[in-house]
Amino acid sequence: MAAAEKYKSDGTRMGNLLEWLDARFPLMALWNDHLAKYYAPKNFNFWYFFGSLALLVLVIQIVTGVFLVMHYKPDASLNANGVPVAFASVEYIMRDVPWGWLIRYMHSTGASAFFIVVYLHMFRALLYGSYQKPRELIWIVGVLIFLVLMATAFFGYLLPWGQMSYWGAQVIVNLFSAIPFIGPDLAVWIRGDYVVGDATLNRFFSLHYLLPVLILPALVMIHLIALHEVGSNNPDGIEIKKKKDENGKPLDGIPFHPYYTVKDIVGVIAFLFFFAIVVFFMPEGGGYFLEANNFYPADPLKTPPHIAPVWYFTPFYSILRANTINFFWIDAKLWGVIFMGLGVVIFFFLPWLDKSPVKSIRYRGPLYKTALTIFVISFIILGYLGILPPTPGRTLVSQICTILYFAFFLLMPIYTSLDKCKPEPERVTG
Amino acid sequence: MKKLIIGLLMAPLMAFAAGEALHLDKAPDRSRDFAALQNGAKVFVNYCLNCHGASFFRYNKLKDIGLTEQQIKDNLMFTAEKIGEPMTIAMRAQEAKQWFGAAPPDLTVIARARASEFGSGADWLYTYLRGFYRDDSRPTGWNNTVFANVGMPHVLWELQGEQIMGPDHKLVLAKPGLLSPADYDALVADLVGFMVYMAEPTATFRKELGVVVLIYLAVLFVFAYALKREYWKDVH
Repeated sequence: MAAAEKYKSDGTRMGNLLEWLDARFPLMALWNDHLAKYYAPKNFNFWYFFGSLALLVLVIQIVTGVFLVMHYKPDASLNANGVPVAFASVEYIMRDVPWGWLIRYMHSTGASAFFIVVYLHMFRALLYGSYQKPRELIWIVGVLIFLVLMATAFFGYLLPWGQMSYWGAQVIVNLFSAIPFIGPDLAVWIRGDYVVGDATLNRFFSLHYLLPVLILPALVMIHLIALHEVGSNNPDGIEIKKKKDENGKPLDGIPFHPYYTVKDIVGVIAFLFFFAIVVFFMPEGGGYFLEANNFYPADPLKTPPHIAPVWYFTPFYSILRANTINFFWIDAKLWGVIFMGLGVVIFFFLPWLDKSPVKSIRYRGPLYKTALTIFVISFIILGYLGILPPTPGRTLVSQICTILYFAFFLLMPIYTSLDKCKPEPERVTG
Repeated sequence: MKKLIIGLLMAPLMAFAAGEALHLDKAPDRSRDFAALQNGAKVFVNYCLNCHGASFFRYNKLKDIGLTEQQIKDNLMFTAEKIGEPMTIAMRAQEAKQWFGAAPPDLTVIARARASEFGSGADWLYTYLRGFYRDDSRPTGWNNTVFANVGMPHVLWELQGEQIMGPDHKLVLAKPGLLSPADYDALVADLVGFMVYMAEPTATFRKELGVVVLIYLAVLFVFAYALKREYWKDVH
């Protein structure tokens, strides 16, 4: 960060206030470093909307969440009418709290929207090599954000205390019991009980508040500070800082504010349009965003015939279920847990697995393009199969897709060094 | 195209229960027919609200479907004291469980819970309430086409009459009830319409508001896009 000039008042009252503030707090420095004099490449395309949209959804989730908490009650005990208090409090919000239905639908739709936006944001990084040097740390923090997001969504899904909430949590927490020696005790420690119960509901509620309100914004801030330190990548994957004018400004850069602030407003409105279609016309999201079974209150004595996690977890759930072979004296269930965990953790290593001399897909050779296509298709098929109950045929397909999923990462050092890349341009190509 | 997309989206749900496909009749839409919803409320209060509660739904909410406070008090409130109270029942869940084996579920949101790949929750309820038939092997003497071995007897039997399962797995009306089959179907449609309304009383308003919100966003988009074009004029 360059030492910014302190703000000098222009004599107006507002100017005096600004000068007073800037003398005591690096207001102008922050403004300039991150917005007004942060030079972003001028050739951002469609894929570059999803970063700011992810931030928008985080804000939507926090604001709606704060209001939901004012009436939500994390209490698994039954009320006088035999309905769990937590479940009843959600319906109270839907009916008796003015505009509560809107706030609740925004929150439930926001959860799915968050994952759609983040998956597209991550795909952008794969397209244009945004994780490559010098942006490894941005990527690592980003994967951490993804992990915390998954944990937050998992904790939050228990709170309505419907049948899917309850049994989904039961299945996932039980996975930890597959870990040797400490597993069963660990599962009890996570639940706070031998089954999912009131203790589990209360701690999940606590963590569902802590993670997104404290941890996520902190990680997002680190993500952005690291980004603004090295500068944004772009669809050409070349460094705009290499070509500067006499004032030291990148020739292909434009100040983030106002150029990208006005552009992102367009993206935000387009996003809100689709968001509103779901919130106002199909809040259940076809049974994917709000599952029909979750309109039954949680019943510990009635296991639903088919338990599937919410759609955004299903690719990883499929990887879990694809492990059906006991191998090396280790139980198939444990392999499943290991590979499911690896399926997420492996993203951390991406910057070091990619040996390509170029970043952007525009200048990569056919090998990476093929690999990325196969990876995306396997990811979608895994997600699709994760919604369905398993059959032998589906298990075989999910095993093949699991192998392809991991092959994308593990073979990356080989195919990216063999790939025939095209020469990168000197300047961005628009 | 739209059908194809919906088909593809629904495909995973379809495959859920391959083999045990459930045929559901399409429930008529009563969402904007206040007379039908009021009739449905009357049937619900008279026939359902003895064993089942609707504990998230308040009596005074019925004003939204065109009833006055006095009409609600005079015709629909038998147990509750105050108009702002929810539709609860006197039977306690614990006791109900002892008597029936399972406590009759709260019905406020049942129309949402019963949605599946085979049809909406309304379709399920509409088929279910018309699907009771005589079965002497059951303790209640009744069985059901969409809910096999159901614990609930046919509460509306006086109105519908008694159906039996015919040889080709088609229901046959063996003993007529007070209503003709067409009138009974209409009555069930009203009841289901009310239950859909009760499951989400704001649904109609939600959709109306949604149209306004989308128009607003569409107009805003035009201005935002124009603003962006203006700012970006000098970027080449």
